[in-house]
Amino acid sequence: MNKPQTYPLAMRVMHWLMAALVLSLLFAGLTMVKSLGPWQQQLLAWHKAMGLIALLAIVVRLIIRLRSETPKLPDTVSKMQQLAAKITQCGFYVLLFVMPLSGYLMQNAAGRPLSLFGLPLPALLNTDLVLYGLFREVHGWAALLLVLLIVVHIVAALYHGLIKQDGVFRSMLRK
Amino acid sequence: MRYVLFAAAAGAVVAAAVYAVTVSGRAAVSAQDFVNLQQGDSIQAGFRRAHAKGFCISGEFQASGELAAYSSAKALQPGSYPFIGRISIAGSNPTAPDLRAPVRSLALTILPDTVHQWRTAMNTPPVMAVATPEKFYQQLLAIQSNTVPQFFAEHPETAHFLKWRSHYQPTQSYATERYHSINAFYLVDRQGKQQAVRWAALPLTDDAGVISDEEAADALQQEFFSRLQHGPVRFDMQFTLATANDNPADATIPWPESNPQLSAGTIVIEQASLQEEGACNALNFDPLVLPAGFLPSKDPILRARAAAYAESHRRRAREVLMQHVAGGADE
Repeated sequence: MNKPQTYPLAMRVMHWLMAALVLSLLFAGLTMVKSLGPWQQQLLAWHKAMGLIALLAIVVRLIIRLRSETPKLPDTVSKMQQLAAKITQCGFYVLLFVMPLSGYLMQNAAGRPLSLFGLPLPALLNTDLVLYGLFREVHGWAALLLVLLIVVHIVAALYHGLIKQDGVFRSMLRK
Repeated sequence: MRYVLFAAAAGAVVAAAVYAVTVSGRAAVSAQDFVNLQQGDSIQAGFRRAHAKGFCISGEFQASGELAAYSSAKALQPGSYPFIGRISIAGSNPTAPDLRAPVRSLALTILPDTVHQWRTAMNTPPVMAVATPEKFYQQLLAIQSNTVPQFFAEHPETAHFLKWRSHYQPTQSYATERYHSINAFYLVDRQGKQQAVRWAALPLTDDAGVISDEEAADALQQEFFSRLQHGPVRFDMQFTLATANDNPADATIPWPESNPQLSAGTIVIEQASLQEEGACNALNFDPLVLPAGFLPSKDPILRARAAAYAESHRRRAREVLMQHVAGGADE
């Protein structure tokens, strides 16, 4: 069976929308944990609401991914690089689940109420300092890992698009 | 050419990532700088970086409903609502002597574990010495370098704080202190109308208390625990309304005594426990955890308190987690 040349439209749309959402969330998160600025609380409220949307988005994205035919990397890409690409992709899916879930659970463990657009959300954990410590650290370190992964991903994409020009970069752009 | 483009683009991506992780949000003073300064050189693992010494309390807040016309918050409608709280002293040392602390505080989480929860951290001074986090940071630096008189002289806005301090007489009991919200907040009614307020917990007892051992580091804690054995400790939760002459964003200026004052209800402290064993230990008394019906004022100190408390919470939670992991490995 012939593999498609590009990712299906639904996956391309999800990829770029989530790229914008996740980058904004990361910038907001990394900034607000340091800032004493007056807009810090606004950013925090926005980060929590958008984080919940990112959780819904990754669920939808995983479903689309499992039901889609995706393009194969060209044979010119070495076995090592194929494996690296696989690991990066899996890493993204794992981290995009870990980030919102750890964020949600750390709020629970801190005893802070959560709501999405005024709708109260259930606490899945009791208030607990050790669990707060665990999920707060997971959230912080997973964010750094995600930043690293995004850098690797973008640099690799640019390498394919600008240097190798082998169609890999285009597969996430258009038909 | 494409190699140049690739190098430039890849460089920009790496630079953006490094900027986000390190510099963004730091400005003049960051939450980390604050907490670094507060914790000093000897880190007390697992303890709060400020107000490290304290104990947990619990009881109920009996709301009078006098503020119900100003706010839709559940805690201000007539009724009894449980709270978890903490009484503490300023400083980063969890074994500091109670009687030497310059500041005492009473923190509450009313209606914990609900969306209606209202957290407040109140201190004995009614005002801040300075109005911004940056100046407050300078004040902490001055305390460490023993240049406080010079700092006060250079900052005329400290006058009200200094006046309070010159008259303040620490009491012989946590039950007889006055604890202030310091920063202002807005109450929001059902129509969305806002009223700026400050609040304070005022003692409701005539019993001055007896310190059994002046030398004991826990002198005030012992007094409070033995006082509770004879019955609950009560405070009146008094709200002061701002008038058009008051600036809610400036915590250095006291509001006139002639401003309208209303009693939101009575804080009834029924139980106390050591903080390691109490429910308050897991809580960060972030004054910006507010229910619907409350809003923060524009006071920049309020944001800085929330950000610094969050950093302190993260650090001690990480330490407690590590102790837990190490403890588990030993078994």
